[in-house]
Amino acid sequence: MEQFIFYPLSLVCIVFAIGVIVNTSPISSAISLIGMMLGLAGLFVLLNAHLMAILQVLVYAGAIMVLFMFVIMLLNLKGDDEDWKSRGKNILLASLSGVFVITLLIKIIGDGFDSAVGKPAALSETFGTTAAVGELLFTDFVLPFEVASILLLVAMIGAVVLAKTKLN
Amino acid sequence: MVPLSHYLIVSSILFFIGVLGVLLRRNVIVVFMSVEIMLNAVNLSLIGFDRYLNQHDGQVFSFMVMAVAAAEVSVGLAIIISIFRKKPTINLDEFNLMKW
Repeated sequence: MEQFIFYPLSLVCIVFAIGVIVNTSPISSAISLIGMMLGLAGLFVLLNAHLMAILQVLVYAGAIMVLFMFVIMLLNLKGDDEDWKSRGKNILLASLSGVFVITLLIKIIGDGFDSAVGKPAALSETFGTTAAVGELLFTDFVLPFEVASILLLVAMIGAVVLAKTKLN
Repeated sequence: MVPLSHYLIVSSILFFIGVLGVLLRRNVIVVFMSVEIMLNAVNLSLIGFDRYLNQHDGQVFSFMVMAVAAAEVSVGLAIIISIFRKKPTINLDEFNLMKW
């Protein structure tokens, strides 16, 4: 049953991700990106990580993409046709990274990886719930959590300062 | 049950698409979105490992990735706006002030 949801969803994710980089107009890229993020949220639900799926929709597909849309509309961008002109060095780098990905995939598929990982562990009843993740966040990872709050504060101040026309 | 390797394959394909976008596109906004694709791909593999090892650490990590992504996007887009004010273009090849 699970694979009937997994394979179409991952296909949707990959197609939308390709759509992000081949679209010439930035607004269609942004809409493709929203589609990819929603597909990934579906994959997270499939992995029983319900909190992360909700956060994916709220934070990525909601907040971050609204910011992207807002900036695209603000800058009034036109799609530029010369965007895909060839740059030798970058194409070389891109094909090199493609070779890396293919070797990685061969390694993952062919090397008895799944038998080494074995069957998935028996799922505890609280897996992926807000309570379980939150408990870990406030006990073992409380310092990174506080640092993240400072990071967000600094980013907020930085964004306000950078986008201002004139500082007094 | 879908094996873990299939989640990792999807994750690495998405990451590769993000790398391609960063290397081949010159539109600043699209390059930014490709970075987001890469972050999302990493989140997928973190949560996949989490599910198969029955732990919650990876979900905390991907929570942190989301926080950093939000900070990065807000600062980055503010930088793009302030550059656009000086020079009305979004082509990365024309931003060469800090190039060595």
